[in-house]
Amino acid sequence: METKMRGADIVVRSLIAEQAELIFGYPGGAIMPVYDALYDYHDQIKHVLTRHEQGAIHAAQGYARTSGKVGVCLATSGPGATNLITGLADAQIDSTPLVCITGQVAAHLLGTDAFQETDMMGISMPATKWNIQVRHVEDIAPAIAKGFFIARSGRPGAVLIDITKNAQVDFGEFNYKPCQEFRSYVTKRPISETALQEAAALINGASRPYVLFGQGVILGKAEGAFKAFLDKSGIPAASTLLGSGALSEDHPSYVGKLGMHGNYAPNLLTNQCDVLIAVGMRFDDRVTGDLSRYAKQAKIIHLELDPAEINKNVKATVAVLGDCKDSLTQLTAVISAKTYPDWMAKFRALELQEKEAVVQYDLTPTKAGLTMGEVIHHINRYKADDAVLVTDVGQHQMIAWRYFNYKKTRTQVTSGGLGTMGFALPAALGAQLHDYSRQVICVVGDGGIQMTIQELGTIMQTKAPVKIVLLNNNYLGMVRQWQQMFFDKRYSFTELDNPDFIKLAEAYGIKAQKVGERSDLQEAIEDMLIHDGPYFLEVVVEKEDNVFPMIATGCSVEEVRLH
Amino acid sequence: MKRYTIFVITENFIGLLNRITIIFTRRGINIDALTASESRIPGVHRITIEVTVNEETVIQLVNQIEKIIDVIKAFHHEDSGVVYQELALYKLPVSRLDGGLEKIIREHHAKIIAAEQDFVVLELTGHKEKTRELLELLKDYGILEFARSGRVAVAKRMLTIDSFVN
Repeated sequence: METKMRGADIVVRSLIAEQAELIFGYPGGAIMPVYDALYDYHDQIKHVLTRHEQGAIHAAQGYARTSGKVGVCLATSGPGATNLITGLADAQIDSTPLVCITGQVAAHLLGTDAFQETDMMGISMPATKWNIQVRHVEDIAPAIAKGFFIARSGRPGAVLIDITKNAQVDFGEFNYKPCQEFRSYVTKRPISETALQEAAALINGASRPYVLFGQGVILGKAEGAFKAFLDKSGIPAASTLLGSGALSEDHPSYVGKLGMHGNYAPNLLTNQCDVLIAVGMRFDDRVTGDLSRYAKQAKIIHLELDPAEINKNVKATVAVLGDCKDSLTQLTAVISAKTYPDWMAKFRALELQEKEAVVQYDLTPTKAGLTMGEVIHHINRYKADDAVLVTDVGQHQMIAWRYFNYKKTRTQVTSGGLGTMGFALPAALGAQLHDYSRQVICVVGDGGIQMTIQELGTIMQTKAPVKIVLLNNNYLGMVRQWQQMFFDKRYSFTELDNPDFIKLAEAYGIKAQKVGERSDLQEAIEDMLIHDGPYFLEVVVEKEDNVFPMIATGCSVEEVRLH
Repeated sequence: MKRYTIFVITENFIGLLNRITIIFTRRGINIDALTASESRIPGVHRITIEVTVNEETVIQLVNQIEKIIDVIKAFHHEDSGVVYQELALYKLPVSRLDGGLEKIIREHHAKIIAAEQDFVVLELTGHKEKTRELLELLKDYGILEFARSGRVAVAKRMLTIDSFVN
C-alpha cells in the first residue's frame, strides 16, 4: 500500500524497516525535518543524543561491533557532517557496518557556499564503502535500502547518505523495498574447489602449520566453523587485535596474540612455520613488521572474502576466496585430524619465557607503582564471561588486549586500523546501550578520554551502566615510550596536567573512585563491577612503564623484543 | 615501469569518476590520460585510464577499482593487448605558414580542419609517438596551442562487455 508522506518521515520509516532500533545523533538546521519526524516515531525507534557528532558515530560503532547489526547515526550538514569523518574512516578500516545520514542544504543552494554547506560527497568518499547524495524525495527510500545492504553485506563498511533539505520536506510515496542485490556488487562467491583441494593438500602435508585469525571470523559469523576446524586440525592459532574473541582463549589450540605488542611465541614462530593459514585477516603492517622478512619460509593459505586483500601485502600460495564460514567448513571436511605436539611445545616454551620476562612483572608486580597489567588481571577475576572490553588507543589498549581473557565473540571493541584516540568512551556507551544487562568495561588512558570526555554527559543522561577504568599515568604513554626508546628520552609534549577526574565524573552524577595503592585495587574493581549504574574508576599507574614484547618499526617478527 | 591501459566498466553515477581517481591520488600515482564515455549498452559507461607503473601496482590499482561498489568490472592490459588511438589538435598562426607545411601535412597524414583569418587547426590521429613527432616539427611554425586526447582503446581479447553486465 502506498501513502504520501514527507521525505523526513520516509527517512525514519526506512530506518524502522531496516530494523534500526537505536540510533545516535545530533540535530541541526539541515537535518531538523528528520528530527521532527523522529518525534512521532519515538515508540518504534530510539534516538540517543550525544554531546558531539564524533561521539555519535563512535557510539554507533560500539553498538555495531557488539550487536553485529548496522550502526546508525544522524548529523546535520557542515560541521555536524565533517565531525563524522574520523568515525567513518575508523569504521571503514575496521570493517564496521555503519549507515550515517547527514542533512544537506537544499538542492538549489548546492555549490553556493550556503550556510553550513560542505561537500560531504567529496569529503567522505575516501572514508566510505559507498556514499550518495539524495536530492529528490523519491530517491530517499531506495538510497537507504541500498545503503543498509552495502553496509552489512560482503565485507562490511561505512556508508554515508547525504540528504538535501528539500528532499526531507517534500512529499513522496513510501513503499519500502529492501535491497538484496544489484549488478555491480558481488557479495557471495562460490568457494573454488581447486583452491580448497590445494589448501587441504598443503595443510595435510604440513609439519609446522600455523593459523592466524582476524575479525573476518567474527564478521563472517564463522566462530563455530573456525573452532571445528581447529578441533580437527590441531593447528596452533594466534589472533590479531580485532580477531580477539573469535576463539575462546581457553581453547587448546590458542597460542596468543600477533603484532607489534602481541605475544612472543606467536610473532617469533611466524618465521618458523611451514604452512601459514590466514583466516579473515589482512596482514596489517602492525602484524607483519618488515614484510620482506615475513614468513618467507612458509607456504601461505589465505582465506579471505575481499579479493583486494589477496596478495596485497603478502603473496598467497593458495587463495581461498569467499566467506570463511563456507571455506572453513569445507576445508574441515577434507583435512585429516592431527596433532602437532612438538610444534605446539615450541609455542608453550616461548610462552613461558614471556611469562618470566614480562607477564609476571605486569600482572603481579612487586614494585611500588601500580601496573596497567595488574588492573586487567583483577578485572579478569571478576568480569563476566561475555563482558565487553572497550579500549581507546595507546599503552592501555595494548596492555588491556594482551591480558584480558577473551572467552566470547564480540567482546572486543577497539579502534584497530585507524588508531583513533577518543574512541573508547563513546564506543563503550554504544556497546552498553545495545544491551544494558551486559558488562561493558571501558579501559581508557588519560590522554584519550579527554578527546571525547563530553560523552560522560550522554552516559549520565542515558544512565548506561558503563564501567570506566581510567589508567592514568599523566602521559601520552605510548608516544612517551617511543620517545624513550627511539628519541633519546626527549619527552616532547607528552606530559599532561590533568583535571580532577573524580570531581569531573561526579559532576556528571557518575559514581567515582580513585585508587593509587595496590592494597585498594582489588576491592575497588570488585565494587565497580557490582555497582548498579555507571562507574568511574581512576587508577593511578606507574608513570613510565613500557609495553613489551615489542616489534619495533622496520623490524621483523622474529626480532620481537622482550624488554 | 610499463605503460598500462586500465578499462573500467561502470554504472553512470555522479561521483564515481572521483571515487576511481582518488585511488590513484592516495597512492601518489599520476594518471597519464583518462577518457570516459558511454558504452554500447545504455546506462553503462566505460573509463579508460592510461598509467605508467609496474605490474604489481597495476594489479593493486585494478583490485581497488573493482572493489568500488558501482564499478561493474575493471581490468588492465599492456599496450600489446589493446588497439588504441589518440587525437591531437595543433593551432598554428597563419602568419608563419610557408610551403614546407604542405610537405609535413602530407607526410604525416594530418589534415586541416579549420582555417580562420589568423590561424589554422591541424588534426592528427595516431599513437602518442606520432603526434609528438608532429608537434616537434610544428614548433618551427610558431605553434600557438596543442591539445591531445586521452587514449581511446578497445581490448584485443574476444570478451565483450555483455559478459560482465547482466
